[in-house]
Amino acid sequence: MTPHFGLPEFGFLLRGLQWTMLLTVVAFVGGCTAGLAVALLRTCGHKGVEWITRIYIGIFQGTPLLLQLFVVYYGLALTGLKLDAFVAVAIGFTVNASAFLGEIWRGAIQAVPRGQTEAAMALGLHYSSRMRDIVLPQAIRISLPATIGYLVQLIKGTSLAAIVGFIELARAGQIVSNQTFQPLLVFGVVGAMYFILCWPLSWWGSRMEARLALAGQR
Amino acid sequence: MGYTLDFSVVWHAMPALLWGCVGTLGLALAGMTLAMTIGVAGVAARDSKAAWLRAIVIGFVEIVRNTPFLVQIFFLFFALPLIGLKLNPTATAIIALGVNGGAYAIEIIRGGVQSIHKGQVEAGYALGLHKGQVFRFIVLKPALRAIYPSLTGQFIMLTLTSSICSAVSAYELTSVAQRIESDTFRSFEVYFFVTFLYLAISWLLMLGFAVVSHRVFSYPTR
Repeated sequence: MTPHFGLPEFGFLLRGLQWTMLLTVVAFVGGCTAGLAVALLRTCGHKGVEWITRIYIGIFQGTPLLLQLFVVYYGLALTGLKLDAFVAVAIGFTVNASAFLGEIWRGAIQAVPRGQTEAAMALGLHYSSRMRDIVLPQAIRISLPATIGYLVQLIKGTSLAAIVGFIELARAGQIVSNQTFQPLLVFGVVGAMYFILCWPLSWWGSRMEARLALAGQR
Repeated sequence: MGYTLDFSVVWHAMPALLWGCVGTLGLALAGMTLAMTIGVAGVAARDSKAAWLRAIVIGFVEIVRNTPFLVQIFFLFFALPLIGLKLNPTATAIIALGVNGGAYAIEIIRGGVQSIHKGQVEAGYALGLHKGQVFRFIVLKPALRAIYPSLTGQFIMLTLTSSICSAVSAYELTSVAQRIESDTFRSFEVYFFVTFLYLAISWLLMLGFAVVSHRVFSYPTR
């Protein structure tokens, strides 16, 4: 007898949702840290370093996330480290996030008026203080809509962990669907869960974008 | 660890991989065509006078943009047969790509249409053009020029997204790679090389789009 989609199945999906959220948080926090480094290197003024980071970003933007995951997942396996599936996919998403956030913040750093940097230099501020106190606070404000947009992409992207076998929301959906033979209901519920997670963020991001656009008109 | 990398499997599988590239491009092209159709129809419906029609389009765009493509393609994979469309995986994948890309195309095309100043349309009518002509010459062409960068970017995105269609085993590069991987167990080598094939595809597309843009859209506007 096949089980119907009931509370236990729904609970299983909810546990999948938890893993999706955890994966997103870990990749986002890791990606923010590494992405900041990428953005700073990308704008450091040294031609060679800027060129290398540019290629780094280009590779991640020009290849499918799924293949990036495969390469990291199987590449890590080759190193002989016995990594948990969660750790392996988390590393994959973190590296991807570092490139995309690095590019978003590169744009934001360059969007801060040049006069701000010049004024800071005239005041005798060092690079670190110039970035930390003058440029980055303004850049973060500019980059917020795009950063939130990427966060939504990341949440949706974590579903690809399902293909390498990690049980998050999408994989949980596949399992429940195979057990209950109610694929439409199950994937409908799974889709709704993703929607509940992503839609408020999208809405927040586009509202902030509209506000920033208004502020820019003045 | 005694593992040595062996890329010869990739070399032997080259013809299959190149055909996979063709499959991927075909999938993306067919998907994009459907996406553009949905996009144009969606924009017309999005700005129609019927409130229910507008609501459907807005709902469609929000649902597609806030759920993962993988879940969308699984859903369609099971939903299409129910409405009488018994299709093979590749056709299902084209529809999924078209529906997904269509939602983004609606937003992009709408942005382009809104970039056309109302006065231009009025000037067109004042010159005695009829509705179809105004749409074609005053709205469509300049709008196409305005949205060309985002539209071509969208096409490259769709090409990369099509790798997910391997989950329903549509014929494209990633599913070819998965078959070779399961035959040879050289997972890393195969996927590493295929990643670079994708990179080559997207770089060539970018280059091609830049050339076209230079040829077609480099007329003065003011």
